[in-house]
Amino acid sequence: MSAPSPSGAPPLLADFGEFGGRYVAETLMPAVEELAREWPKAWADPDFQDSYRTILRDYVGRPTALTEAPRLAKSVGAAQLLLKREDLCHTGAHKINNCIGQVLLAKRLGKTRIIAETGAGQHGVATATACAYFGLPCVVYMGAEDVARQALNVVRMRLLGTEVRPVHSGSATLKDAINGALRDWVANVRDTHYVIGSVMGPDPYPLMVRELQRVIGEEAREQALSKFGALPDAVVACVGGGSNAMGIFTAFVGDPSVELIGVEATGEGIASGRHAATMAEGALGVYHGMRSLVLQSVDGQLQEAHSISAGLDYPGIGPEHAHLRATGRARYLGVGDTEALEAMELLARTEGIIPALETSHALAALPRIAGELRAKLGRDPVIMVNLSGRGDKDMHTVMKVRDQGAEAMVGEGMLP
Amino acid sequence: MNSSTESAPLDAGATRIGQRFKACRDEGRAALVGYLTAFDPDREGSLARIFAACEAGLDVLELGVPFSDPAADGPTIQEAMGRALAAGATLEGSLEIAAAVRERFDLPVVLFGYANPLLRREPADLCQSLVAAGVDGLLVVDLPPEHCGILRDPARAAGLDWIGLCAPTSTEARIGRVLEVTTGFVYAVSLTGVTGTKLDVTDPGLHAQLAALRERAGIPVAVGFGVRDAQQVHALAGHADGVIVGSALVEAGKAGPEALAAKIRELAAGLAR
Repeated sequence: MSAPSPSGAPPLLADFGEFGGRYVAETLMPAVEELAREWPKAWADPDFQDSYRTILRDYVGRPTALTEAPRLAKSVGAAQLLLKREDLCHTGAHKINNCIGQVLLAKRLGKTRIIAETGAGQHGVATATACAYFGLPCVVYMGAEDVARQALNVVRMRLLGTEVRPVHSGSATLKDAINGALRDWVANVRDTHYVIGSVMGPDPYPLMVRELQRVIGEEAREQALSKFGALPDAVVACVGGGSNAMGIFTAFVGDPSVELIGVEATGEGIASGRHAATMAEGALGVYHGMRSLVLQSVDGQLQEAHSISAGLDYPGIGPEHAHLRATGRARYLGVGDTEALEAMELLARTEGIIPALETSHALAALPRIAGELRAKLGRDPVIMVNLSGRGDKDMHTVMKVRDQGAEAMVGEGMLP
Repeated sequence: MNSSTESAPLDAGATRIGQRFKACRDEGRAALVGYLTAFDPDREGSLARIFAACEAGLDVLELGVPFSDPAADGPTIQEAMGRALAAGATLEGSLEIAAAVRERFDLPVVLFGYANPLLRREPADLCQSLVAAGVDGLLVVDLPPEHCGILRDPARAAGLDWIGLCAPTSTEARIGRVLEVTTGFVYAVSLTGVTGTKLDVTDPGLHAQLAALRERAGIPVAVGFGVRDAQQVHALAGHADGVIVGSALVEAGKAGPEALAAKIRELAAGLAR
């Protein structure tokens, strides 16, 4: 249940059962309360909505297509496969939907500086882009490990005028980038807005980010009904913190015939200990401003996650996902590094679309999901997948593990 | 000051923390509250440092329970917690250190930490362990008044003080909420930032913030974050009932127990008003 708010405090905006809350240091509480007061007003304001929707249409490129993928459908055993093409968004992933909304909100609140964390770099690039668009200075915190893994996105952020600050503490990945951003926010909270990139952090962030991403599912549901006259049997999305999944799930939560399936990264396998399978292996904890499941030791120390995809390399998960699973409305599967790489290649070869490694986890689960649904429904199922991002940023990783010849050629300067 | 949820209201002045602040006030000085991380750099090394600090004149020990993700702390305390965890720090081990301090010294011990490692234990059971280890109070940086009941209620029932924090950004309404749940002393965060940030002790805004808080709190006010030397301690001693030093002690402790003791003596010289 939600924590009761003492008199005068803005109540928690989201009720995610035993998950969620506002677990931040006192210095940040006034800013978090300001967001809890101001976000609902902004979201209900027709002028704010109009600005947000106009930018999504004219700048981000919404609505994104809903693409049928017949060759992949055949390959995975589905009657029909529908891909919600967030990879076609400006900057190459769904992350920009949230960033445009939050920077718009920051301007409304009179904030003059933006900070963000990033894992794969997609949220960092999206925030840097939104800040360039609105003319605000931006600092992005990124784990030093990820700076090395996602060098291309670092260049993109810098080109966009953003300062990228590598974080060397802890495991030097996404969770540490979040800590770095939180420390900056504590010091600069009066003039700075922290654009959290997923459905996580203190209330109202998980709700706010979900609302800014729900356009994905709203479009997709409408497109499915108008093009095919029916809802899919299942909606599938990869889950790190969980924003693309909440973005597409939310419109379908009220459709009991539609299964909601999240796919998390099992990395090198759960038994190896090198994974990011929070749903499978996490325990309830308090971290990054919220109460949710998290990979942790018996002593309550957060553990390092591992995934070939930097965007899923996070030991926690957004509180609404924990709630959706606890209430039985969504279920969560795991996919490892190797399967994800194979699925990336499969989509590339069957449909001519190179997905992000994050998204590839959702694709890799399709044969399993199609089989389960076929057994349940007695027919081949219709499945919708959130194609949350494109794979350009992952070519270096692919070269390292699948195409070492190309890697060597780059090293010798034979490829650009 | 006591909240309505409290099962066994205590007179704040009767606890070891209240008594120590009163004794310092009677001596015409502020109390020196010192933060050190349990297990930094390891179990034996931290015991030696903490003992040396207590002998050198610390009034209140704030003992940090190491956490992997200390998001409210600056680099010095982050690194201390990293060293401690690498040396095998646990909550149980931290309580053993508290118990060892209690065996030798009478000074109040406040356990400082982040919620997650503490909440791995059943709260009432944890609070019994804290009492058994001779701990007097709890300060949990990421449990604001809205969420603190889960640990504060059993802590108060066990006779422990609950130390709340007020920040320069706290609104009047928030200060009221913090004071409602706080006993023992209230921690006035001196600056808008993480621990160890550079502090301007001459800032009239800080002095006004402290005066307003003391006027309102009805319990001692101790100020901390960024306090590094005796001049700063002295500049703050007239504005607060206690001065809290953390990162500067952790840094001094890197050179060993003797260096830490010398730093404590230096800081204590600034406490007189």
